[in-house]
Amino acid sequence: MSDATVIEQIRNVIAEHARLPGEAADLPAGASLYEAGMTSHASVSVMLALEDAFDVEFPDRMLTREVFESIDAIAAALSELAVGSSA
Amino acid sequence: MSAVSATDTDFLTTVRDIAERVAAPNADMVDREARFPVETVQALREARALSALVPVELGGDGVPFETVAAACFELGRRCGASAMVFAMHQIQVACIVRHVGGEPWLADYLRRVANEQRLIASVTSEVGTGGDMGRSIAALTEAGEGRLSFEKQAPTVSYGAHADDLLVTLRRGPEAEPGDQVLVLAQRDQTTLRQNGTWDPLGMRGTCSPGYLVSATLPAEQALSTPFPRIAAETMVPVSHILWSHLWLGIATDAFDRAREFVRAAAKRNPGEPPPAALRLSQLLSELGLLRAEVRAGLTDFLEMSAEPGRPRLSTMTAAVRFNSLKIAASEQAPRICQAALGVCGIVGFKNDTPFSVGRHLRDTMSASLMIANERIHQTNAGLLLIAKEV
Ligand SMILES: Cc1cc2nc3c(=O)[nH]c(=O)nc-3n(C[C@H](O)[C@H](O)[C@H](O)COP(=O)(O)OP(=O)(O)OC[C@H]3O[C@@H](n4cnc5c(N)ncnc54)[C@H](O)[C@@H]3O)c2cc1C
Repeated sequence: MSDATVIEQIRNVIAEHARLPGEAADLPAGASLYEAGMTSHASVSVMLALEDAFDVEFPDRMLTREVFESIDAIAAALSELAVGSSA
Repeated sequence: MSAVSATDTDFLTTVRDIAERVAAPNADMVDREARFPVETVQALREARALSALVPVELGGDGVPFETVAAACFELGRRCGASAMVFAMHQIQVACIVRHVGGEPWLADYLRRVANEQRLIASVTSEVGTGGDMGRSIAALTEAGEGRLSFEKQAPTVSYGAHADDLLVTLRRGPEAEPGDQVLVLAQRDQTTLRQNGTWDPLGMRGTCSPGYLVSATLPAEQALSTPFPRIAAETMVPVSHILWSHLWLGIATDAFDRAREFVRAAAKRNPGEPPPAALRLSQLLSELGLLRAEVRAGLTDFLEMSAEPGRPRLSTMTAAVRFNSLKIAASEQAPRICQAALGVCGIVGFKNDTPFSVGRHLRDTMSASLMIANERIHQTNAGLLLIAKEV
């Protein structure tokens, strides 16, 4: 999976599950999802959907606000779990 | 009976003494009149207890957190409302101390808390969001010349009329989303409090917690730069749940002690024949033991997580689940114990003016499950449990 595909797929998950008031397609990859309106409730749905989409399990130490702060941050977390170009 | 293991420092001895000498004799009056426990708070001020958690280098006493938790327990045994006022204040201090960063105004403020023994109240809940601390309606707005202002409809501000300062959650700005919150320290002389309604509740009457329209204009540096969600996860939520549960345990322990005194008195009247209530007392002790164990375990987990550099585990969802379930368990178990103590004492427990009265204990602990509604906390945990693994 290329980095671009990973980012694309994260964006899809966010569009479907983050329940942002604005368009997920317009969101810069570094922008804070929380500032964009993702509630902690919605963030749980995002995490579940990411685990499903990428067939991973986030370990407890990764389940923090910071790790799911932005599309970039999520991509970094996934790459730590060996999803992306190195996989 | 000592229910909390903590190094018996001078601080704890002092607070225990204040609890017995000042809080206990005034507790019934404070409850009956729903009046602020002025004597107890004054005695705590004189003992410099309001700056217990402020580090020594900022002029405070650097008392370990576990000792402050034990102090909440000791006050809770003598006057639930005094204990709640003390605990709420310490929660606010902990939020500032643990997130002061390099901010000179806040460091200076903590020096003033120590020097002036300032009392800090909490304005987190809001009309329209109820007990959902993670969302705000009221927002900070620019007021010119580096100043900010806000106006917040607060449904419940404990000891608002007696506080020197208020710690307030707000949206970062007029355009910010409800969850994009900051914590702001508003001094009393910068703040207007317009009281809404009265304070004539079932229990915790001495906390004097009516609603207010809170408005203030203050310098921008009085907003903490650490985002509120981080302060909430690492400090406000776990510290609240730990200190509250210590004082609820204190109230329940006193209810148990009264039931035990009742049984002993009955046994003395009829030596050689164990009174029927003795059996219920034994059952009550095992219930108290469960509460005590959970309160201790919650404190131990928090101390462990706080000791790690950067406190990474405290900001995980697993930690949120852990301290939420402490709150739910303790808030449900404490009134259950008080009610069972009433069952042991019977009518003399039901009467408000006997040595075995436990009505105040029962009423005070009944506030626990709605002080941030347990249903809400269950709902949060229900979501987190879908994703957290080693809970
Ligand atoms: C003694 C005492 C002192 C207090 N002092 C202060 C203070 O100093 N400062 C401060 O900020 N706050 C304080 N509070 C907290 C505050 O008063 C309330 O916890 C908060 O306002 C919630 O009020 P609520 O119960 O009306 O609202 P809600 O939390 O909205 O609850 C109302 C009802 O709706 C249910 N409910 C709401 N949302 C959900 C949900 N998502 N899922 C399931 N059920 C739900 C609840 O279970 C409850 O039955 C204090 C509370 C007490 C008891």
